[in-house]
Amino acid sequence: MVELVLFVITAVAALAGAVTVVTARNPVHSAMGLFGTLFSLAVIYVVNLAHLVAAVQVIVYAGAVMTLFLFVIMLIGVDKAEDTSEHLPRQRTLVAVLGAAVGLVVVALIVSGRFVWVPAGGGDVEIPNGTVQAVAEPLFTTWILAFEVTALLLTIAAAGAIALAYFKRGLIREEHE
Amino acid sequence: MDAIDLLIVVARVVVVFALLLVVTLLNVWLERKIVADMQNRIGPDRAGPFGILQTLADGMKLFFKEQVTPRKVELGVYLLAPFLAVIPALLTFMVVPWGRPIEIAGRVVPLQGTDLNIGLLFILAMSSVGVYAVVMAGWSSGSKYPLLGGVRATAQAISYEAAMGLSMVAVVMFTATAGDGGTLSLAEIVARQQGSWGDALGIPALGWIPRWNLFPELVAFGIFLIAAVAETNRAPFDLVEAEQELVGGFHTEYSGIRFAMFFLAEYINIFTMSAIATTLFLGGWNGPTWEGTVPAVVSAVLPTVWFLVKTYAIILVFFWVRATLPRLRYDQLMQLGWKRLIPGAFVWLILSTVVIGIRQFGWPWT
Amino acid sequence: MTLADYLPIAVMAVLAAGFVGVSMVVSRLFSPHRPTPEKLEPYECGIVPEQEPSQRFPVKFYLVAMLFVIFDVEIIFLFAWASRFDDLAWYGIAAVGIFTFFVLETLFYVWKRGALDWNVHRRRRYVPAEVTEEAA
Repeated sequence: MVELVLFVITAVAALAGAVTVVTARNPVHSAMGLFGTLFSLAVIYVVNLAHLVAAVQVIVYAGAVMTLFLFVIMLIGVDKAEDTSEHLPRQRTLVAVLGAAVGLVVVALIVSGRFVWVPAGGGDVEIPNGTVQAVAEPLFTTWILAFEVTALLLTIAAAGAIALAYFKRGLIREEHE
Repeated sequence: MDAIDLLIVVARVVVVFALLLVVTLLNVWLERKIVADMQNRIGPDRAGPFGILQTLADGMKLFFKEQVTPRKVELGVYLLAPFLAVIPALLTFMVVPWGRPIEIAGRVVPLQGTDLNIGLLFILAMSSVGVYAVVMAGWSSGSKYPLLGGVRATAQAISYEAAMGLSMVAVVMFTATAGDGGTLSLAEIVARQQGSWGDALGIPALGWIPRWNLFPELVAFGIFLIAAVAETNRAPFDLVEAEQELVGGFHTEYSGIRFAMFFLAEYINIFTMSAIATTLFLGGWNGPTWEGTVPAVVSAVLPTVWFLVKTYAIILVFFWVRATLPRLRYDQLMQLGWKRLIPGAFVWLILSTVVIGIRQFGWPWT
Repeated sequence: MTLADYLPIAVMAVLAAGFVGVSMVVSRLFSPHRPTPEKLEPYECGIVPEQEPSQRFPVKFYLVAMLFVIFDVEIIFLFAWASRFDDLAWYGIAAVGIFTFFVLETLFYVWKRGALDWNVHRRRRYVPAEVTEEAA
């Protein structure tokens, strides 16, 4: 019961945040809507007793990634007149079709009876597989390759960031002012 | 969970809330007094004995001051920022154990907001959220100084959060060898610092050294402390509110009680950071309780006293540092964070891991 | 650990929000409210502001945020490893060792590229190839 109430509240908050991201005129408001969505998702993870995932959601997504977004917004300039022309042709039609498809899948799941409410742990139920220790076990055994490849991915991300920020068909020079 | 359990939960929360507000009132006064003494001044001495009520008087004054809302603010975000400053500040302390669990009428009441098994990650998560208050206050003020202060503060906070996280990892890694399995729960980390190093290592001559993480993880403690000063935006890392360049920093356009909220959050954060340092490195509430020789009430209260004594020892370091060191330049601040502290934390973590690994598991090739 | 363990956190969040909200509203009732055009201007040391604040920031901040994302992920994984330190033994140390090597390599690369140099006097800069040595 507690779980259902919390789920409804956070799900509505997450959706409201998502709608803000799309509709807000000001990019900073969009960023805050995204923060709301990410934080609400973290609460949903907590309700499902996925403690580590919830913490990671807040630390990495709501914390680090959102800070990155805010800096990008600041970099571009918040008050810059926005270019409202759409560069992707027919994206609205595409979004409408895809959205309808997802909705259809959800409806189909509910109708077919495969969509069932599994209570995870409202109140005093204990679920052992959401803790840090429980996640660490498979992470370092079964998924060790994926884990190491992540490091490579992060390196590439950093190289990409440097390339975007600095490279301009040219040479490096020490600047003395 | 029955009604009495619920009542205990509420009581624990209210006690933590009251504790944080009282220590804030005390700490602001204490800081002014101590810094004044270090600078050969008298400091506040009018309100109450030794001026101890000065903070209360200042708070009352701010309460009755006009709340100016400048013309260019984004009102919604502007008003939300004080909430986002105070709420994470108060929540962070919830996972810190501030005394030994006490037993009342057959119920064991832990003197801790709540013991999360992701305790340390919760602390990091809350400090991530706390950053938003600064950046939102800075951006929504529609003024140049707050904007600059806000962006600076964010970059500073994230830079030092990495170093802080790494020093915490060193503690978790070390703690994993002190009991069965690793833990991120702060109550468990405190429990594993009970006793003395003499008993742990089997050397009776070291029996007088408490089994704190401070001794094996000394460098991590240093890194944590520096990062903590930077995270709370205190001198010498208080570039966020560098008066000469940024007026008041991110809260320049806040006045009255709205400003007081940022101030409150800052001082709560100082206390919380010191409390976390105490918990991780100085054995938390562990200390002699002289069970049996003193009344039971005294030995129940003593752990809390030890906790506060250790926490205040670290807070005094915060004040001392503020009175002693001049403010860094921004490039120095960022370079200290990224080129000294983070590589240093990594080197220490690797060193510590290898040494403990050899001690615990033998040489890797055997 | 159960959902009930988060109850004190929820209670504290409500209490804190209530405290801030009530303080701000009650203070509003008891404090004066006399806005004047000068008072409502953005702060500019007492003079009339002339320029709008610049809304653009150096690319450095973006790079720092990117680096922070990388380190944050690294720290989360390190926490996971540290919580299993005693079971994983040398195998775990080797696993995170490889991971940490990549992260440190990234730090070294970014460092050498000058992304960590905040001091303008020693900043490395990329100038277009067409610009000659003398012109630069």
